[in-house]
Amino acid sequence: MSVPRFWRQQVQRYNLIGTHCESCNEYYYPPRNTCPFCRRGGELEPYKFKGDGEIVSYTIIHTAAEGFEHQTPYVLGIVKLDEGPRLTSQIVAEIDEVDIGTRVRPVFRKLGESGENGMIYYGTKFTPV
Amino acid sequence: MRDVAIIGVKTTKFGEMWDRSFRDIVVEAGVGALEDAMVYGESIDSIFVGNMSGGQFVEQEHIGALIADYSGLAGELHVPSTRVEAACASGGLALRQGILAVASGHNDIVVAAGVEKMTDVSSSSASTALAAAADREWEGMMGATFPGLYAMIARLHMHRYGTTSEQLAQVAVKNHENGSMNPIAQYRSKISVEQVLKSVMVADPLHIFDCSPITDGAAAVVLAPADVAHEYTDTPIYVKATAQASDTIALHDRRDLTTLDATVSAANRAYDMAGVGPKDIDVVEVHDCFTIAEICAIEDLGFAEKGQGGKFTEEGQTAIGGSIPINTSGGLKACGHPVGATGVKQAAEIVTQLRGEAGKRQVDGAEIGMTHNVGGSGATALVHILSRDR
Ligand SMILES: [Zn+2]
Repeated sequence: MSVPRFWRQQVQRYNLIGTHCESCNEYYYPPRNTCPFCRRGGELEPYKFKGDGEIVSYTIIHTAAEGFEHQTPYVLGIVKLDEGPRLTSQIVAEIDEVDIGTRVRPVFRKLGESGENGMIYYGTKFTPV
Repeated sequence: MRDVAIIGVKTTKFGEMWDRSFRDIVVEAGVGALEDAMVYGESIDSIFVGNMSGGQFVEQEHIGALIADYSGLAGELHVPSTRVEAACASGGLALRQGILAVASGHNDIVVAAGVEKMTDVSSSSASTALAAAADREWEGMMGATFPGLYAMIARLHMHRYGTTSEQLAQVAVKNHENGSMNPIAQYRSKISVEQVLKSVMVADPLHIFDCSPITDGAAAVVLAPADVAHEYTDTPIYVKATAQASDTIALHDRRDLTTLDATVSAANRAYDMAGVGPKDIDVVEVHDCFTIAEICAIEDLGFAEKGQGGKFTEEGQTAIGGSIPINTSGGLKACGHPVGATGVKQAAEIVTQLRGEAGKRQVDGAEIGMTHNVGGSGATALVHILSRDR
């Protein structure tokens, strides 16, 4: 799996910066250029999420995606941030610490690397509070 | 818009075909469908080919032209040929584009085909190619896999509705039972609930036997205006509805993880267009890329109440002989899932059922059938309704 070079340029990944629509008061992460509700009528501003949230659903990946083989088994979850938006992320935890509804907070972690000598890339994972 | 009929169908053998090439299997399907329809090349106005990832699986793009060429329709006849892509719904979308071309009056005889050759690369490369149908940047880069995304749907469905691993397994058991009666199916062996539950865990709670396989295969149908369909065949099958809908590409952005809103939307449009409801459908091919996907489809297409898909399966209502036989072909699970071909194969199976030619897996007196083809984790859905009567 090749990692796009722009990965490191995207501060949103490290800092949980998304967007907030001033028109309808919805929050978006990943950031959006157009509000899915107001569409052209939306007024989007950058917004830094507090990062607290809860697990909506999760799985334990045993057969990994390419580049994630060394991490198995790993917990993958969908996290709902307190401001509303949901995102997919790895959950850094023991398997029995994770359940639907578990409260989590963000941690900055290595996500993977492209090949043995390839670029290491980082991002946000979550861990139980 | 004109009424459209399907006048010929052909599905190749599904499975691991290391001795056959990509172009080989498409031509077999295309020629077979034309023979079934008794149509000659000179009559063909256009071709639509569903293919998801030829570039990644066999390093071949420009697939529309390739297929026109190797079908003998490019040189001299110069028949226009278009490749259509919507991940695992590519075949269903090719079918829809073909139907629209005939319905609009722009074309008369159209071939809609689907093809994928997936076993020429390693299974991890195949998984990577498939994962490209999810949101690469915000799902794939986090370590998400397709089984992983569907596993999260399954986990929440179980948590909220009490769906059990045994009920999921029963989907696989039923589809293998059906596949055992289908000569073209990749897996023709029956399996037990216990075998599913004991198989290797891929993404908890989904075992390997909850997942559809990596498959080579192709399928094709021939479409014609309904007014002239009888000139070609005694058993034309009429297209009563074609519907397509989109949803967010990332699973995490959905209104409700356990409902594929694109399926609900496409189904509602199709029911309206055909003037029928779920109770009128006699046989269905649904997109069971994972066992939980069939459970969701049962609910989203309106055959069972939300949350009751597992129980509905457990009761045997989706088996041949049940109240709504689902995936008589063996589904994606047992028949196999060559991603770009699946949507066309589903239509070929329903046509075979409505003609009464399905042999041991025939649903008695089937008159109205449905196909349901999904791309990604639900970002694209296609629903078609086919009927023996115009
Ligand atoms: Zn807005």
